Amino acid sequence: MRRSPLPARRFVVGTLGVVLLAVIWELYKLLGPAEGVVLGGVTVLPRTSDIAMPHLWVMAARALEPVTGAGAAVPLWRAVLDASLFTLGISAVGWFVGVTVGLALALLMQRFRLAEAAVLPWIILSQTVPLIALAPLVRRWGSQIQFGAFSWESWMSVALIASYLAFFPVSVGALRGLSSPDANHVDLMHCYSAGWWKTLWRLRLPASVGYLLPALRLAAASAVIGSVVAEVSIGLRGGIGRLIVEYAGAAGGDPGKPWAPIFGSVLLGLVAAGFVGLIGLGLRRFRRGEVAA
Amino acid sequence: MSGLERDGAPGEVPVAAPVAVPGAVSGNLAVDVRGVSRVFAGRKGASVTALADVSLTVAPGEFVSLIGPSGCGKSTLLRLIADLDTPTAGEIRVFGKPARQARIDQDYGIAFQQAGLLPWRTVSGNIELPLELHGVGRTARRARAAELIELVGLSEFAGHYPDQLSGGMQQRVAIARSLAESPSLLLMDEPFGALDEMTRERMQNELVRICAETSAAVVFVTHSIPEAVFLSNRVVVLEPRPGRIRDVLRVGLGDTGGRGETLREDEAFFHAVSQVRELLHGEAPAGARGVEAR
Repeated sequence: MRRSPLPARRFVVGTLGVVLLAVIWELYKLLGPAEGVVLGGVTVLPRTSDIAMPHLWVMAARALEPVTGAGAAVPLWRAVLDASLFTLGISAVGWFVGVTVGLALALLMQRFRLAEAAVLPWIILSQTVPLIALAPLVRRWGSQIQFGAFSWESWMSVALIASYLAFFPVSVGALRGLSSPDANHVDLMHCYSAGWWKTLWRLRLPASVGYLLPALRLAAASAVIGSVVAEVSIGLRGGIGRLIVEYAGAAGGDPGKPWAPIFGSVLLGLVAAGFVGLIGLGLRRFRRGEVAA
Repeated sequence: MSGLERDGAPGEVPVAAPVAVPGAVSGNLAVDVRGVSRVFAGRKGASVTALADVSLTVAPGEFVSLIGPSGCGKSTLLRLIADLDTPTAGEIRVFGKPARQARIDQDYGIAFQQAGLLPWRTVSGNIELPLELHGVGRTARRARAAELIELVGLSEFAGHYPDQLSGGMQQRVAIARSLAESPSLLLMDEPFGALDEMTRERMQNELVRICAETSAAVVFVTHSIPEAVFLSNRVVVLEPRPGRIRDVLRVGLGDTGGRGETLREDEAFFHAVSQVRELLHGEAPAGARGVEAR
């Protein structure tokens, strides 16, 4: 088994990557043409003005200042952090629902060939429906759901859309994983007269971990993106998606401000991916023999 | 070690071994294959006859090898006995029961060419798998696994994972796993096929020892002539297209307990090897011709 690089080294390399990006940004701003690079009427590289490309330290300084000039305003980073956490919560719900549905579909398809033939094309087709078209529909349908003390909230629509994006990689990845055991192993389980459930638990699920983890990571990223986009199209307040749109309007007079929620959403993605990384750590035993991933 | 005697005259298809083996009364047999055919349906109506009217018996405690060129249906026959496949015609009984029932009752242990260990389980965990599936308690499982690990000489490696073991070690674990439930019948499909010659001979010696200790009947698929001769009481030679038994050779090289490294140098061993080779090449065995150079 190949050893993965030491954690310390990976950390240094990762940091260097970020630093490199920052250096490129500042270098281009310093050396690039003020009007950007335009080829045949299309802007290939952006303008280097302070409005289009503020200095990194302007963005950082702006994040520490209050959101608005009003006296009671909280610092910008705080507002962004709150919004990020709000969106993270919705993404988590969406991820969880998506993973559950995705796994259930994969199990169904693994168990019944007919189900695979009938369902798989629809699963793939489902991802071609644009999110923007879906969001208003979901909200309209959701608003009609009400029974007893339960009523459909807007954030549930956002979570639902996030799950709609998240279930896809899980169902496809899990199906591949569940079908991954060698014929040899399947024969062996048959010799042991192990039924479908026992085979699932002792063989198929453990064997699928290597396929499932990348799918879960993809699902986490999709859930975050889904939440951000759905917040915008549904018009839900309080999340990072809304903040991105809101602050973008301030770009003219306050160029540092729109960047704060963008960094917030990057952070959100990192946290989501890190969470799946933790799951992977817990399932390390099932990834033996796999080349460092 | 008087050498060999053949079952049946040349050219005659031996239906079953003459009842020279102790306990070989129907119903008391480890394996009883009667008139079994297996036809695989191909595309456009073309079908492949993997086995045509094969009959074979294996007595309790007997070691029988199936040998033949590829496509002769030796693995198919083993899979039929294991109930991994069902015959198109004929009947297979294992310890007097239908093959399916024998599988459900776990009357046999099985090992394939690939060790087929679960990579996420340790050596001990892999050996415990069949016991775990059949509801044996944790302590009993541990004890049995430790016993078998000892038997195959891997005591220091009980906690290792398969990827930390060599091919030969993995195969030993697979054999230990096949013995987990103390079966009276072992089905082995080229278990040493993927090993180098040195490891292979060592494994053969160990298998002979293990068989002596467990007194299980063995059906052993191989394409190595010396391997078949060294291990077996009887060597069943199959021919391809359609797969059928060409001849059965009784190898009288002493009981399994007495076989050792010296047997490989024995005159009788070479004689048996050349006889099997001649059978495989489709000629009547002529003892005077000796070992044919290939």
